Amino acid sequence: MSIVSDAVAYILDGANWSGGVGIGTRLLEHAWYSLLAVVISAAVAVPLGLAIGHRRRGEVVVVGLVNSLRSLPTLGVLTFAVLALGLGLVPPILALVLLGIPPILAGTYAGVANAPATVVDAARAMGMRERQVLFRVEVPVALPLILGGLRNATLQVIATATVAAFVNLGGLGRYIFDGLALYSYDRVVVGAILVAVLALVADGLWALAVWASQPGTGRLRRTPRV
Amino acid sequence: MIRFDGVTKQFPDGTTAVDRLDLEIVEGAFTVFVGPSGCGKTTSMRMINRMIAPSSGRIEVDGRDVASVDPVALRRGIGYVIQSAGLLPHRTVVDNVATVPVLTGTSRRQARREAMAVLERVGLDASLATRYPAQLSGGQQQRVGVARALAADPPILLMDEPFSAVDPVVREDLQKEMLRLQADLEKTIVFVTHDIDEAVRLGDRIAVFGTGGVLQQYDTPDRVLSSPATDFVASFVGRDRGYRGLSFRDGSSVPLHPLSTTRAESATEVRLEPSEWVLVVDEADRPRGWMDVTGLEGVRAGHSIDESTAAGGSLFPEGGDLRQALDAAISSPSGIGVAVRRDGSVLGGIDATEVLAVLAAQRGTEASERSRAFTESGPAAG
Amino acid sequence: MRWLVDNFDTVLDLTGTHLYLSLLPLLIGLVIAVPVGSIIRASRWARRLTLVVASIAFTIPSLALFVTVPLIAGLRILDPLNVVIALTVYSTALLIRAVPEALDSVPPDVVDAATAMGFGRFRRTVTVELPLALPVLTAGVRVVAVTNISLVSVGSVIGIGGLGQLFTQGYQRNFPDQILAGIIAIVVLALFFDAALYLVGRLLTPWTRTRRSGGSRVVTERSAAGEPT
Repeated sequence: MSIVSDAVAYILDGANWSGGVGIGTRLLEHAWYSLLAVVISAAVAVPLGLAIGHRRRGEVVVVGLVNSLRSLPTLGVLTFAVLALGLGLVPPILALVLLGIPPILAGTYAGVANAPATVVDAARAMGMRERQVLFRVEVPVALPLILGGLRNATLQVIATATVAAFVNLGGLGRYIFDGLALYSYDRVVVGAILVAVLALVADGLWALAVWASQPGTGRLRRTPRV
Repeated sequence: MIRFDGVTKQFPDGTTAVDRLDLEIVEGAFTVFVGPSGCGKTTSMRMINRMIAPSSGRIEVDGRDVASVDPVALRRGIGYVIQSAGLLPHRTVVDNVATVPVLTGTSRRQARREAMAVLERVGLDASLATRYPAQLSGGQQQRVGVARALAADPPILLMDEPFSAVDPVVREDLQKEMLRLQADLEKTIVFVTHDIDEAVRLGDRIAVFGTGGVLQQYDTPDRVLSSPATDFVASFVGRDRGYRGLSFRDGSSVPLHPLSTTRAESATEVRLEPSEWVLVVDEADRPRGWMDVTGLEGVRAGHSIDESTAAGGSLFPEGGDLRQALDAAISSPSGIGVAVRRDGSVLGGIDATEVLAVLAAQRGTEASERSRAFTESGPAAG
Repeated sequence: MRWLVDNFDTVLDLTGTHLYLSLLPLLIGLVIAVPVGSIIRASRWARRLTLVVASIAFTIPSLALFVTVPLIAGLRILDPLNVVIALTVYSTALLIRAVPEALDSVPPDVVDAATAMGFGRFRRTVTVELPLALPVLTAGVRVVAVTNISLVSVGSVIGIGGLGQLFTQGYQRNFPDQILAGIIAIVVLALFFDAALYLVGRLLTPWTRTRRSGGSRVVTERSAAGEPT
């Protein structure tokens, strides 16, 4: 277990945090890749999920899309993209976006489509336009599932963003790959630990968001002045 | 024989569901637990088969404390029917009914054979046996639920609002079915409902539960209606309890008068005064409707008989009770109740005031009997 | 496409290894998760604890696991057993969340009726609750199968066999065709097993195919989303 203790020692040593290739930089790079990928995935998947979920038609399309995207091997997409587009930020982000879309799409669709039909019906009967029904009724009810999908996607993206290092980018994967190349396994464990910690922190934040968004509990909502 | 001895149930959040219940149910009795929601009737029933454990007190079945026996064995000997039927969705109807016999060790083939017999008993067609519960209607599912509870021939049957989720027509069918079954099988039945009419119709004795799980009255339906023990019972039984109570009174002494009737074909020949009505009957002498002067003119002008008659009220059957007699008279457009024989043919006419006179006479007799019993055996009696 | 046709035997060979590496963990995961998942429902703290541990196991990146497991288990990194163990950890973590969720989807009044009829706990779980939980459970198993098939390929960056080899080799040799062959093979494999598991699920649940039963498809979607509860 000395490898693990070496790794922990490395992380705790302040000197290793600063500098162009320090822990701090790597963490930020990794966080940046992940954030970018999740935001783009969300930008694609959330509107799509809202639209199809609201119409409650085209479920087959969603299921098909989600299944197919989920089966795409990230490494394969990444290497293919590099050969086609050259090295750079685009290939890894593309691969990560394709990874992030399925959970977000599935969660958004499920959340909106599962909004109680009676409530939606009542909203329409009150005279709400379709867009109002979607945003004022369905989305608030669906929020926990939508955020759950985002949470899931974030987790998977953070965990997989290590592959960016395979194609000469930065991020926490660098510790893993460099460590493997140099047979310094303590370095590899450093990468593993840091990624796990980053993922847990992000997961914790999302869990909080999901909890706060439970409809009807009024958590973290401003109480209207009466 | 089921006995509740000082049974209390308090839930962790502080609510008292059942409050010091003392109750004894004799073998073969059909007992109904009735009351508003949250009054502890279901909780009490579920303590019999130990689905819920009491906070204090004991429940005895056939002299043994239910807490002292193996719960699984106890439950296999008690039939249980719930509102949503609770049928196992992944088993066919016949396998559902055969569940308990199989659990107790009967071979599946034998159990299935017995199950088919029980299905027939509850009035279900044999062709439904190989279907899945999801393919049956609500009423059919309920019957399967009852069949399943009866399959192992348990001496005790617990029924938790079994007919509440079906529509009124089906409900009445099921209630009649239940009475017929009980006449054959004579099981000890505990039946929970929130519907006082259902309780009155089915029970040999009724236990009325009030809010907070307190037993308000445990009596025959007749006495619950006529002498409610508390204000709660009086208001729960409702405003029409006097009317409902009439259903326990014999209607055989209601005088019947000859009715003026006419066949549809000879309707045009009838003569009517302005406020007179005539009863139109068919070839078998069964009532079709009432016709007054306006209707008569309509028939003479060429309108059909059906357009010209007003639908009749309820009918008073041979051997019916006072409630049926009064209702027949009140609901009839002519104010005259129609009494019919068993074959449906018209027997005579009933006057509402005469029904009330019969009621007064019955009451008078009962009052003198009560005071005679009182004077004979002293104040303690009655 | 030429590459795929020319090198079909190699691809087939790699597929065999790949399948073994991705499906064996799924099986082991099921064998562990079904009994454990059923038992932890009984106690609230056990359930919560297990879910937290599972979540943590799930957040560890696969690559990191592939590397740390051999260190802990004393195996060589290239030993395929690493991948099996690491993926078993993943599969178990995912399924141990899915099993209680699937059991929760069984209508409570059916469970109540079964208990009242005199089913002992074990018999009730095995003959009533698990069969009725199958539709939701199959959805979870399908997700794990597809994810595993995709994840195994990541291991090729540290030299582990399977179809991922086509990616690393194709990258190094600058052969996009080879990579494409790998992608196609994995996608086909994953979708095939997804469909196969779906069919098996339907076969095992004849009562859901009857006329009046409502669709549980949107429920499937929820589990397919794989979001935590």
